[in-house]
Amino acid sequence: MSAVSVHALTKSYGPLKAVNGIDLEIAVGEVVAILGPNGAGKTTTVEMIEGFRRPDSGTISVLGHDPSDRPAELLDRIGIVLQEGGIEEDLTVREAIEAQRRPYAEPMSADEAIETVDLVEKADERIKGLSGGQRRRLDLALGIVGNPDLLFLDEPTTGFDPAARRRSWEAIRQLASSGTTVVLTTHYLEEAQQLADRVVVMSMGEIVANGSPDDLGERRSGLSTIRFRIDPSRAGALGVEPDAGGWVVTETHDPIRLINELTGKALATGIAIEDFEVGKITLEEAYLRLVTHDG
Amino acid sequence: MGSGSLLVSETMLQTKLFFRSAVAAFFTLVMPLMFLVMINFFIPSDEASGFSAAQYFTPAIAVFGMVTATFTNLAINTSMARDGGILKRVAGTPLPMWVHLGGRIMSAALVGLISVTLMLAVGWLLFDLEIPWSRMPLFALLILVGAGTFSALGLAVAAVTPNARAAPAIANFVILPLAFISGIFFPLDGSPEWLQTLASWLPLEPLVTAAIALFDPAMPVEFPWAAIGKVLAWGAIGLVIALRFFSFEPAGTKPRAAEVSAAYGD
Repeated sequence: MSAVSVHALTKSYGPLKAVNGIDLEIAVGEVVAILGPNGAGKTTTVEMIEGFRRPDSGTISVLGHDPSDRPAELLDRIGIVLQEGGIEEDLTVREAIEAQRRPYAEPMSADEAIETVDLVEKADERIKGLSGGQRRRLDLALGIVGNPDLLFLDEPTTGFDPAARRRSWEAIRQLASSGTTVVLTTHYLEEAQQLADRVVVMSMGEIVANGSPDDLGERRSGLSTIRFRIDPSRAGALGVEPDAGGWVVTETHDPIRLINELTGKALATGIAIEDFEVGKITLEEAYLRLVTHDG
Repeated sequence: MGSGSLLVSETMLQTKLFFRSAVAAFFTLVMPLMFLVMINFFIPSDEASGFSAAQYFTPAIAVFGMVTATFTNLAINTSMARDGGILKRVAGTPLPMWVHLGGRIMSAALVGLISVTLMLAVGWLLFDLEIPWSRMPLFALLILVGAGTFSALGLAVAAVTPNARAAPAIANFVILPLAFISGIFFPLDGSPEWLQTLASWLPLEPLVTAAIALFDPAMPVEFPWAAIGKVLAWGAIGLVIALRFFSFEPAGTKPRAAEVSAAYGD
C-alpha cells in the first residue's frame, strides 16, 4: 500500500502554475527527498499533501485519507516539521514536547523524543536559550513525538553546522529504520544522498526526475566525467582543449575507450598527464542539469 | 485524551506562559492597578452628593482590567502566534484549533478574573471599598459576559490585523478611546448627550454602568438585562468576524513571495 498517492495534482496562484499536474507514489517505509529550486513548487506540493492547502484539481490520498479535510484520524498518524513552525519560546524543551504529545492517541514519551534528537542536556531549559541547531532538533522532536507513521520534514537541517547536521541525520535514519515513512524537502544534495531511498526532482511545477540518488538523471545513462591536467602548449597532440590552467574536463558514455585513447597518445608522445580522475557525474551535476533551463 | 481535558491543559499552558512574560503581566495586571490607585488618590469623594470615588472607580477599573486581559492580550498574542507559525504548527497536530484558541480564551478570562479580584482587594484594603456581597454573583456574571465578548472581539481584531507588529497599536487604538467614553476614568455625566448615546450602544459602557450600579448601595438591585443583551450582541459580532477572517497562517503566505519572484524572475 502507498503511504502517499498523488494523481494529476495542480495548483495555481493567479497566473502562476505552481504545481502543474504531478503524479507521485510513496510506499510505506520509504524515505523520499523532494528537491528543486525555489519556485519549483515543492513546498506547495508538500503543503497540499500535508493538508495545509487545497489542490485546484487532482487527487491526494495520505494513509488512505483525503488530507484536505484534515481528518483527526490522519493528523494523529502524521508528523509535520515545518520550516517556519513556531513555538512558545518561554516554555522549556520538555514542556513544549509534553504539550505537543498530549493530543496524540499513542505518542512516545517526552523523554524518548528528547533522547532521539539528542537534547537531554537542554531538556529543562527555556527554548529561547537554544542555538539554531538545537531549536531545529526540538522541531524534529515535536514532529516525531506523536509516533507518526508518516513524517514530513521541510528543510530539516538548513543553516546547520556539519556536526549538527550529522546528528539530525542520525535521528532521521533511526526513525526511518523503525519503519516511519519520511518525506523531506531539502536544498542539500548530500542530505538527499545520505537519507533518501528515492529522490524526486521538481522544476517549474513538474516532476522532472524520480529515482534513486545513484540513478538520477544522467547518472542513470552512465555518463562519466574525466578530469586531468596537462601542459597547455602540448594539448594539440592529444586533441583536447584545456583551460588556462591546463585542466581538461570531458564527459563520455564510454570512459574506458576514451581513457585508453588518451593515455595511449600520452605515452606515445611523452606528454605528462597529471591529477587524472574519472567518475560518474556527481548528483549535484545531474541535479543542476535537470533544473537548469536554457534561455 | 478528550477535548475537555485538552482544553484544561491548554488553558494551564497559556496561563503559565502569561506569567512568564513580564511585559504581559505588567500591562495586564499592574497597569490597571496603577490606574485604580492613582485615580483614587487624585479624585476626591464628595460626601455631600454621596459620590464615593472607591465605589465608582473600583468596579469601573475592574471591568477595564478584565477587558485588558481578554481583548488586548488575545488581539496581540494570537496575531503573534499566527505570525510566528505557532498556529500553523498546531494545525498540523490532532489538537483541534478550537481547543487551542479556547485555551487562550479561558486563560485570558482567568487572568481577567485574577485582575478583577486583585482590584477589589486593593480597593477594599486601601480605599475603604464596600463590597456588596449579596450582589457579587451578579457582578461575576457581568464580568464573565464581558470576558466572553471582549475575547471574541480580541480574536476578531487578531483576525483582521495584517501583521502582529500592528496588533498592539490597533488594540490600544480601539480600547483606550472606548474606555474614555465609557465612564471608566471619569463619570460621563458632564459629557455631550450624543457621546453618551453612542457609548451606550458600544460594548463597554453598558458593562461599566451596570458594574458601578451594583457597587452603589443607593441603587436598587436589578438584573442588568439590557446591558447583558447589548454586550452579548457585540460578542456575536466579534465571533462572526473572527470566524470569517481568521487564518492560522500569516497574511501573504499564499503563495510565498520567493516562489512567485523566482517563477517570474528568470
